[in-house]
Amino acid sequence: VTTLDREGAAVTATLGTDTSLPTNDADPFGHDVLEDPLPFHAALRDAGPVVHMTRHDVYAFARYEQVHASLVNWQYFQSAAGVGLSNFRYEKPWRPPSLLLEADPPGHDAPRRVLSRVLGPRALRRLREGWFADAEALVDQVLAAGPEFDAVGALAEAFPLRVFPDAVGIPQEGRENLLPYGDHLFNAFGPSNDLVAKGAPRVPELLAWVIGQCQRDVLTGDGFGAQIWAASDRGDITPEQAPLVVRSLLSAGVDTTVHALSAVLYAFASHPDQWQRLRAQPSLARVAFDEAVRWESPVQTFFRTATTDVRVGDHVVPDGKKILMFLGAANRDPRRWDDPDRFDLSRDPSGHVGFGMGLHQCVGQHVARLEAEALLGALVRRVRTIELAGPAKRHHNNTLRAWDSIPVRIERD
Amino acid sequence: VVHTLTGVVGTERGAVSADVAMLRVTGKTPVADDVLTLELASPSGLRLRDWAPGAHIDLVLPNGMTRQYSLCGDRWDPFTYRVGVLREEAGRGGSAFVHEELRVGDLVGVGGPRNNFALVPSEQYLFVAGGIGITPLLPMVRTADLLGADWRLLYGGRRRAHMAFRDELAEFGDRVQVVPQDECGLLDLPAFLGTPRPGVKVYACGPAPLLAAVEAVCSDWPPHALRTERFVADELGGPVRTAPFEVELARTGRTVVVPPQKTVLEAVGDAGVEVLSSCRQGICGTCETTVLGGEPDHRDTLLDDAERQANDCMFICVSRARTDRLVLDL
Repeated sequence: VTTLDREGAAVTATLGTDTSLPTNDADPFGHDVLEDPLPFHAALRDAGPVVHMTRHDVYAFARYEQVHASLVNWQYFQSAAGVGLSNFRYEKPWRPPSLLLEADPPGHDAPRRVLSRVLGPRALRRLREGWFADAEALVDQVLAAGPEFDAVGALAEAFPLRVFPDAVGIPQEGRENLLPYGDHLFNAFGPSNDLVAKGAPRVPELLAWVIGQCQRDVLTGDGFGAQIWAASDRGDITPEQAPLVVRSLLSAGVDTTVHALSAVLYAFASHPDQWQRLRAQPSLARVAFDEAVRWESPVQTFFRTATTDVRVGDHVVPDGKKILMFLGAANRDPRRWDDPDRFDLSRDPSGHVGFGMGLHQCVGQHVARLEAEALLGALVRRVRTIELAGPAKRHHNNTLRAWDSIPVRIERD
Repeated sequence: VVHTLTGVVGTERGAVSADVAMLRVTGKTPVADDVLTLELASPSGLRLRDWAPGAHIDLVLPNGMTRQYSLCGDRWDPFTYRVGVLREEAGRGGSAFVHEELRVGDLVGVGGPRNNFALVPSEQYLFVAGGIGITPLLPMVRTADLLGADWRLLYGGRRRAHMAFRDELAEFGDRVQVVPQDECGLLDLPAFLGTPRPGVKVYACGPAPLLAAVEAVCSDWPPHALRTERFVADELGGPVRTAPFEVELARTGRTVVVPPQKTVLEAVGDAGVEVLSSCRQGICGTCETTVLGGEPDHRDTLLDDAERQANDCMFICVSRARTDRLVLDL
């Protein structure tokens, strides 16, 4: 068998039999795993750099090294055949594929370039002041209602829904569809299990609503949506692509930030010492948010499809097979992180794969960080202590690590 | 053929990310009279930063000069960059240095890739290259071909022997017109471009008189139909330094020394100032830091020329200093 070494020079080696490829017959999308994936992740990591998941015939990577390497390697692992379990080479996608998430170079280049500019740190500067003021207003309103509340509904959902749809420029009416649409979208990357069946009846209605919000005439004149359409006026993308690029904002920009904010709020409510640390040094807010994204990994998994036979360790992922990258497992891989299960503001979380890595890395990561900085900033100036007021309840989703509710009790300054 | 999934690029524990900003010359090949190609690779054999057709890199030569060269290799090979270099008599010595002094095995600094000349979606493309202006267009015609677009290339030069990549273009048959001036005269742009019409993008790269002629012919085309890239002269600004430099952290009130083998990000981290980063390759923009004084040596993929000239921010995971001292808002 001929392989390529990392310089690309041909070397010849004898390929051992594949009999020792570790296998696992668990269902990564079963409710027991979704409730608590950590023991399952640890078993996968310890089984080897690649594990054959027999139930869905996919090749799983759970160690940081392989997850990171496959995320950046768009040449060997493509996205255009779908980033869920469904293989678009053989199955029809349930919606027109995303021009960003479900695309490869060269088709991916132009939409990504446009959206990177619209959501880049420099473009977000004009939103900063307004979002910080919005966060202060929201937190004041929540705290005024009493010392106990559900951090998911009151803050983690309320804040993105308050600022993000306005920033995109969609109308007020129908915004309650955003969370159900996102929940189904992220379920649909998994197998067609009960979670997908639960969302299926509303799919036609939600798809029609979402694409309706992406049209030029319903968008405000100054938002992200209008800027995407302006890029089509310049020919940087086509007018046919513009609504699908706007759709990417509405698909990937709401649930993900909701659950990331839930993650950081849960992390602080369950780690009072870390809250005191943030109180002492509020400039740690950005580090705290990324540490929470590492620790909880709101986006747990994504798939790719091998474009060639790819050797991983002693084994080969055959051309055309799906790989399943466990971002959450990589973010707690003790081979990469010291004491990985600790939520710790003294850690440098840089390099975590919670936002992915490489040319598909979350294009909205700066938006998410700005939302978190605004919300944590408003809280840290007002709240002396935050603690769990009851058991937090998980929300199960095939892709997202999410909370239904996080009851908290706070003490004001 | 089985391909091997190889390791991590620079975000693993303890990694030094600057590897992507210092590459080794692995090939130097004459491809036409006065034109050679350089191949560059990571000294540790790692993946290079991704790029798209139209992108260029800043090449920081061992003599301190910085020149920009379009990438003209294969982006499906993540380990190699290829650039074409014309020996320019009128240049300020950058190209002469590459032709005469630079050797296989030498290390060169690399900034970018950055892209001011991106290929946008279109049903039809008309490409016009003058001389070494063929370099950014070479990956573009391959991409247009891959996408199944209708495309043609008009490629002019003074003499056939000076015109690089004719062999590589031969596979495209009569989509490519090679027009040496001493044999065929000047390019017939009106005939090649035809009448203004929608659904066509014109990409032109070459010397200023050629671009002016293309712009004149395209003056009544729809807006944004024409995209051009001008040759840029040797970049102004102080030479890049290889000696250590100081970084003053204005808010913290400390000064740290950044030695050549460390990034600014690492040096400030060692001093206890935590700056969040992610890709550590100057791609994602997470570690953007406000510059209050001094002149950065930008090695990122993000800032365009105007943003660099503003001199107000830098990405400290890869970018360094041209001056003895930088003052950062940290």
